[in-house]
Amino acid sequence: MVKADLINSLYVFILAAFIGFEVIRRVSPLLHTPLMSLTNALDAIAVVGAIILAGEHKSTLATVLGTVAIVAATSNAVGGFIITDRMLKMFKSSRTQKP
Amino acid sequence: MIPGSEYVIEITYIVAAVLFILALKWLSSPVTARRGVWAGEAGMVLAVAGTLLYHGIVDYKWLAIGLVLGAIIGVPLGNVGMTAVPQRTALSHAFGALCVTLVGTAEFYLRAPNVPPFVMSVLSLEVILGGLTVTGSLMAAGKLQEILPQRPITYKGQNFVNLTMLAIAVAIAVRLVLHPEEMVLYPFMVGIALVFGVMMIVPIGGADMPTVISLLNSYAGLSAAAMGFVLNSKLLIVAGSLDGASGFILSVNMSKAMNRSFSNVLFGAFGQVQTSAAAAVEARPVHSATPEEAAAILSAANKVVIVPGYGMAVAQAQHKVRELYDVLTKKGVDVKFGIHPVAGRMPGHMNVLLAEADIPYDKLMDMDEANPDFPQTDVALVIGANDVTNPAARTDVGSPIYGMPILDVDKARTVMVIKRSMSPGFAGIDNPLYYLDNTLMLFGDAKAFVGSIVRELTGGGGHG
Repeated sequence: MVKADLINSLYVFILAAFIGFEVIRRVSPLLHTPLMSLTNALDAIAVVGAIILAGEHKSTLATVLGTVAIVAATSNAVGGFIITDRMLKMFKSSRTQKP
Repeated sequence: MIPGSEYVIEITYIVAAVLFILALKWLSSPVTARRGVWAGEAGMVLAVAGTLLYHGIVDYKWLAIGLVLGAIIGVPLGNVGMTAVPQRTALSHAFGALCVTLVGTAEFYLRAPNVPPFVMSVLSLEVILGGLTVTGSLMAAGKLQEILPQRPITYKGQNFVNLTMLAIAVAIAVRLVLHPEEMVLYPFMVGIALVFGVMMIVPIGGADMPTVISLLNSYAGLSAAAMGFVLNSKLLIVAGSLDGASGFILSVNMSKAMNRSFSNVLFGAFGQVQTSAAAAVEARPVHSATPEEAAAILSAANKVVIVPGYGMAVAQAQHKVRELYDVLTKKGVDVKFGIHPVAGRMPGHMNVLLAEADIPYDKLMDMDEANPDFPQTDVALVIGANDVTNPAARTDVGSPIYGMPILDVDKARTVMVIKRSMSPGFAGIDNPLYYLDNTLMLFGDAKAFVGSIVRELTGGGGHG
């Protein structure tokens, strides 16, 4: 059972890495800063691990560390999405821009 | 528990993973990019909501506190000024890695001493990468925010000390894989990773920041993917590998743009720019010009390429540059921007600053687009960029930056360089560009100088 989980996880990892390479290769250098802030925000999905950890309340240590982890990840998600959107809003083409 | 809720949770995770991939796909063009942010947000909200249904959760109090507090901290972090984006990014790498390291640590103490070897291996990878990213990113943020000295600190045997520390951390990890009951070793492993993160960034100077930030991005992603293996969470593996892949691609781009091998970057040898014989610079004559002369040349030009660098960001000159762009465009001059991949302090830094100043993105060219244009360019105007325009990278085999791809501004009919003084740039390398016959040095503060050129172009009718 554990072995099957491991193999499944490896498959997911390899496939996701390939998709990541192919998709991100196509991102224009123009948008490399928003790319970094967006992937950072997506990375904050680690919050789901922290939520389970803090919510299960298996030990005081786990709850404390889990709660701090939730704070760190949530601030990343919220801040990351806000700043990415603020940056992308600024990118205007000269065709759409009023003179 | 509601029957079937575990499927609901898994389905929210699958949908979230798809949305994350779409988010990055839509980022390929500025036209669809904002849709990408919405997809990412939707995926995140969905996954968090799904997780809250998890039957094992017994207490929601701390979750609520954590989520609210995180949101309260996140809003100001999302609203920093655009010039502070590099340090904000570094800080968010630190936060992401902190979350991963804390969860890994809690998992270790919950499971020890019965940690299967595979779980212990990925858990060690998770906390070592996570730990060094936390302190490394905090150091990088500190240097970028100028709280810490930006000058690289190097000493003899630095690489040896750093690699030894990393080796010890890995050795402890191996020991823990074989003997997870020796729990007392765990804090040492994390502690060494934390110290290593600091030591890794100590020799890094400002010019290397784009590479370092990308590398830390990659580490943060990989540690999150490792956390996915520990928790057996496919969604986390997907998000972590997307982030890791993105950081990896950017690191490779940046190291190519600085002509460093990737292994050179991986082993933290960056930052050790050979202090070349910068002292041996003889006082060669340069041609300098006043704002009036610069304005006259610019308004007589048909095609102008502006090359911005970190100096433009420091001087906050981007809005004045926009005014210059406006007035020249109105006179019928074709104005574009040539942007080197490592200009500034993080990948894409210049593009964001120029977009903030309302310069349309189709006027921003990357190095490959800009270089064929320079021979047909009347004026190349360099604002606060130095090493990325240094022709020695093409011609002088002895130069420390030989082989680095540069913007060929010297091929333009006239080159104008706005610079505070003749002092060499960050790397201490002299720039032969400044002594060319077709180069005019415009000495002064970037913002003030561009401002005076704009005044000449708009106010003084007779000068044009």
